[in-house]
Amino acid sequence: MMVFTLAAHELRRLFLSPLAWAVLAVVQFILAWMFLAQIELFMQWQPLLQQLDSPRGLTDIVAVPLLGNAAIVLLLVVPLLTMRLISDERRGQTLSLLLSAPLTMTEIVLGKYLGLLAFLGIMLALIAAMPLSLLLGGGLDFGLLAAGLLGLALLLASFAALGLFMSALTPQPTVAAVGTFGALLLLWILDWAGGLAESGESAALRGLSLLRHYESLLTGAVDSRDLAYFALFILAFLVLSIRRLDSDRLQN
Amino acid sequence: MDDILIRVEHLSRHFGALRAVDGVSFEVRRGEVLGFLGPNGAGKSTTMQMLTGNLAPTTGRITLNGIDLLERPRAAKGCVGYLPEQPPLYRELTVDEYLALCARLNRIPRREARAAVGRAKSRCGLESAGGRLIGNLSKGFQQRVGIAQAIIHTPPVVILDEPTVGLDPIQIREIRALIAELGREHSVILSTHILPEVQTVCSRVLIIDRGRLVLSESLEDLNRGLGETGLRVAFEQPPADTAAIAALPGVTSIQDLGGGRLRVCHGPDAEPAAALARLAVERGWGLTELSPERRTLEQVFVELVHQDGNRAENAA
Repeated sequence: MMVFTLAAHELRRLFLSPLAWAVLAVVQFILAWMFLAQIELFMQWQPLLQQLDSPRGLTDIVAVPLLGNAAIVLLLVVPLLTMRLISDERRGQTLSLLLSAPLTMTEIVLGKYLGLLAFLGIMLALIAAMPLSLLLGGGLDFGLLAAGLLGLALLLASFAALGLFMSALTPQPTVAAVGTFGALLLLWILDWAGGLAESGESAALRGLSLLRHYESLLTGAVDSRDLAYFALFILAFLVLSIRRLDSDRLQN
Repeated sequence: MDDILIRVEHLSRHFGALRAVDGVSFEVRRGEVLGFLGPNGAGKSTTMQMLTGNLAPTTGRITLNGIDLLERPRAAKGCVGYLPEQPPLYRELTVDEYLALCARLNRIPRREARAAVGRAKSRCGLESAGGRLIGNLSKGFQQRVGIAQAIIHTPPVVILDEPTVGLDPIQIREIRALIAELGREHSVILSTHILPEVQTVCSRVLIIDRGRLVLSESLEDLNRGLGETGLRVAFEQPPADTAAIAALPGVTSIQDLGGGRLRVCHGPDAEPAAALARLAVERGWGLTELSPERRTLEQVFVELVHQDGNRAENAA
């Protein structure tokens, strides 16, 4: 119960700051631009597509690239949302309100995390509304779209978990934002290092890369390995955040 | 036994090599207001943070309302209201929103929360500020919101870290009255730099210096010790030999303050002033001043803290 109280409080605070509104507006505007550009592309290709044996549909050409681009845009934006979660409270000395209330560390961390997830859920719904609007004039591959949205949801949840941990590390929100962005970008491009060589190391790096797991969901393949990767990623950073806050109390 | 709401045993906290708090033990009963004094950096805030679960002690035990803070932190924290040095306020919320959140965080059921908020507001004089943003309030009002937050769940133990900082004299009086009222049914620990504040609201005094407890006494005992213990006298023709004064009943020692002034120390029950005046007239010293000296809490504080500083220097 307390987790939801905290989550509601977190969501409320997000919407009391202009940042959340600005982020929603900017993300929506940029993605709408990309969405429209993609639709234009589809219109141009339509005659060609009809001649193919297995025509690639609206979902392939409009929705999947949109979700792919959304991931990149959100990679830039999520650190701005996560940076204040704990570091701001530490700076404003409001953390002691939570620490002296009858709450466990786990409740505090989960509450903050769920509050942010709720915000990201709103963002995801707004993004999903764009491809769904195509239903007015065409058909969609719902399986593919659902897999892509699931992928984006898991990806955002992972971003948020890492951002929460970074925010727990430092009282400076900007440092938390830069750290989160750097770590996410590194995880994104981790598989570049392996190059084309099929060595064990490059396979391991590919296995750690966020992008790889997201891409496979975008193709419509819901693989339990990818789901497990995201679940472990989120769990690991939540546990690390709890540990970090606890160690704060134990030693300074 | 049940009346002891706060029990602290051999509490220590080290920050690396620094012993911020070093083996502090004390108890606070229901209905007591404990004044917690000490110079800056003495370990007051660290102790308070440990009492409220914000900081884990290196060694020692804390029992709040009979519940061990380290074994059952959640249950124990529910018995404490805490106002840190800097009130933990969300500036973007209104007073009502903020207090409602605090009520929920302290597990007050939703239907009772509104009443609890109203009660806390009226106790802290915030009735008219309910709809205002905390960020726009004056420092004094923010401080009151901080106190309201600490007492919203009517905890048996209230811990206030410098609650009257930044308030105007009228607000200070109101807050002191509030603390005295809280002290009737709760245990209150109050840290402050304002010594008269301790004398007006506290029933017991703790002085801490360099992490160690240097004084723990009830204000009653302290006041008895603080009674008239000296006379300050000045003469036109000061006597060369003060043996005659020293021979007066009750006089324990004499200090020469220079310029014909003397401090005559005496036991707490002796009254040598009249005898001394008679003596001065008899011998023609030309008494120009005779006033009783009271030791104030400030003197006690300075002596204890100062002594301790000297001791540390000597040891080094």
